[in-house]
Amino acid sequence: MNIVVCIKQVPGTTDIKVDPETNTLVREGVESIINPFDCYAIEEGARLRDRFGGKVTVVTMGPPQAEAALREAISLGADEAVLISDRAFAGSDTWATSYVLSKTIEKIGEYDVVICGKQTLDGDTGQVGPGVAEMLKIPFIAYVSEIEEIGDGRLRVRRMVEEGYETIEAGLPAVITVAKEINVPRLPSIRGTMKAKSAQVPVWSAADIGAEEDKAGLAGSPTRVVKIFFPKRERNSEMLEGSAAEQVDALIEKLEGII
Amino acid sequence: MDYFLTEQQQLIRELARRVAEERIIPVRAELDEKEEFPWSIIKDMADCDLFRVFIPEEYEGLGEGSFGFCVAVEELSRACCGVGLTYAADALGSIPIFLYGSDEQKQKYLPEIAAGKKLTAFALTESTAGSDASKIKTTAVLEGDEYVINGTKQFITNGGEADIYTIIALTDPTRGPRGASAFLIDKDTPGFTFGKKEKKMGIRCSATSELVFHNCRVPKENLLGKDGQGFIITMKTLDTSRPGVAALAVGLAQGALEAAVDYAKKREQFEHPVSSIQAVQHMLANMAMELEAARALMYAAARTIDSGVKNYSEEGAMAKVFATDMAMKVTTDAVQVFGGPGYMRDYPVEKMMRDAKINQIYEGTNQVLRNVIALEVLKRKALRK
Repeated sequence: MNIVVCIKQVPGTTDIKVDPETNTLVREGVESIINPFDCYAIEEGARLRDRFGGKVTVVTMGPPQAEAALREAISLGADEAVLISDRAFAGSDTWATSYVLSKTIEKIGEYDVVICGKQTLDGDTGQVGPGVAEMLKIPFIAYVSEIEEIGDGRLRVRRMVEEGYETIEAGLPAVITVAKEINVPRLPSIRGTMKAKSAQVPVWSAADIGAEEDKAGLAGSPTRVVKIFFPKRERNSEMLEGSAAEQVDALIEKLEGII
Repeated sequence: MDYFLTEQQQLIRELARRVAEERIIPVRAELDEKEEFPWSIIKDMADCDLFRVFIPEEYEGLGEGSFGFCVAVEELSRACCGVGLTYAADALGSIPIFLYGSDEQKQKYLPEIAAGKKLTAFALTESTAGSDASKIKTTAVLEGDEYVINGTKQFITNGGEADIYTIIALTDPTRGPRGASAFLIDKDTPGFTFGKKEKKMGIRCSATSELVFHNCRVPKENLLGKDGQGFIITMKTLDTSRPGVAALAVGLAQGALEAAVDYAKKREQFEHPVSSIQAVQHMLANMAMELEAARALMYAAARTIDSGVKNYSEEGAMAKVFATDMAMKVTTDAVQVFGGPGYMRDYPVEKMMRDAKINQIYEGTNQVLRNVIALEVLKRKALRK
């Protein structure tokens, strides 16, 4: 079984700062990590590979330094890695990113299942997984918490919804995004880490994957970020005075004023 | 202090520490309380390749020898000596296989041990044979192509949980120690059962059990090494594993020192942190100093073994005795630095003090090992190089 796992390198902090001038995230001095949700995707891919054979190929679109995330993915159980990196991809939104990843997966060719984390820690949209499936024109299932069965060109999964679970079957190949309930990712292995250090990580450009220029990067991105800002937190407190009965009356009056 | 670890040894340390921090520390108190064997942590250690560390490269191991093994044990024991011992006892059970096993035996067992799929144990001690190992009574009688084993082993670490056991039994009771032989026995062999599961003072997540052999038949091929070689195998195995016990003690003391320092800086008495009191500072200084001396001795002994010298009884014994006496003292002092709270189970140091004691006893009591050291010292004709 051949599995493709899409990952993203993200800032390893929840204390995110925004540059007020450019409206972009301040990435300097912030440690980069694999998007935590993607670690569940890598682990699930590795488990499928361990059960059925085949290989796990992990891909990421990003700047040259994203190679570190791919090497870490190899130490966590992936077999091969591809970095998709090109200046033409700069400024890609989720639509353009989905396009680039789908072109990459088409180039990889033989795959049975594509696994993504359910969303990223920084962008938080959860759109790239479904976007990739749409552009590859294959089935998509989100928030998978268990792969119940897989094989014979089909898979059956349990997925999480607001008020419980759904069990869904789909044909293969398919794209799934996974929730953290699906597994506990293994720790990196000594052999895997040594292998990751010496592994060849090919870099594919826009031309390598046959991406059309006006569909990737800023040109291919319909989303325009007008402004990023932190919501202002306002908290006005007022102490009610008097006896308990008087305070209750005053409170009711205030609440009625709001409603 | 820098012990000049190679890149791969640093990686062993890093990953063993991750197992310790992420998988052991959160559950160590509960495992201790419930006397629960740490199976899920064993799985994590296997995922990290930690069981490959001490297995030779030709059998799917990393060939990191005694030194790499000590690095891993130290980190695990810093979090929990019981978990560290479970791992160290697996190495103890593997050593006779890779030192004395036939090619077939090595091929059959070592790759699965390296992968962490099978756990091992080494069984020598009996109720009548502790420090005086020559008093074992378990027998193995050759009948046709099979040995028939009868007897009971006591206090066996990983007993009941391990899949592969190296046991020592008398094949010729008339020849005394020269009549002992070593055997490899699989857990599910008919006639092999487990007796009393011990309830212990410390290292309570580690399994300690009786092994009972009642007309247990094993094929002749399960003999490890030669007939009559049992005690030589035993002595060499224990000599080889002793720096590992030193590593258990060093890791344990490191954990206790860190806890004591942390607490001393936070705890205020007489309007100052107790770490500002010179009496406390001197205790911490002594703990740190003796700990580092033990660590240096442990790594030196491990390097000596890995260098390929023939006899290393003295070095292994010195490291074991010095480090385990040190750990008893350091963990006791850690409880003292904590004061009353240190005696309570809310803090980790009382467990560390309980865990420390056994290290002075198992794999050769510190008294018997002083005999070993003295013997070497007295028989040297010239000054030591």
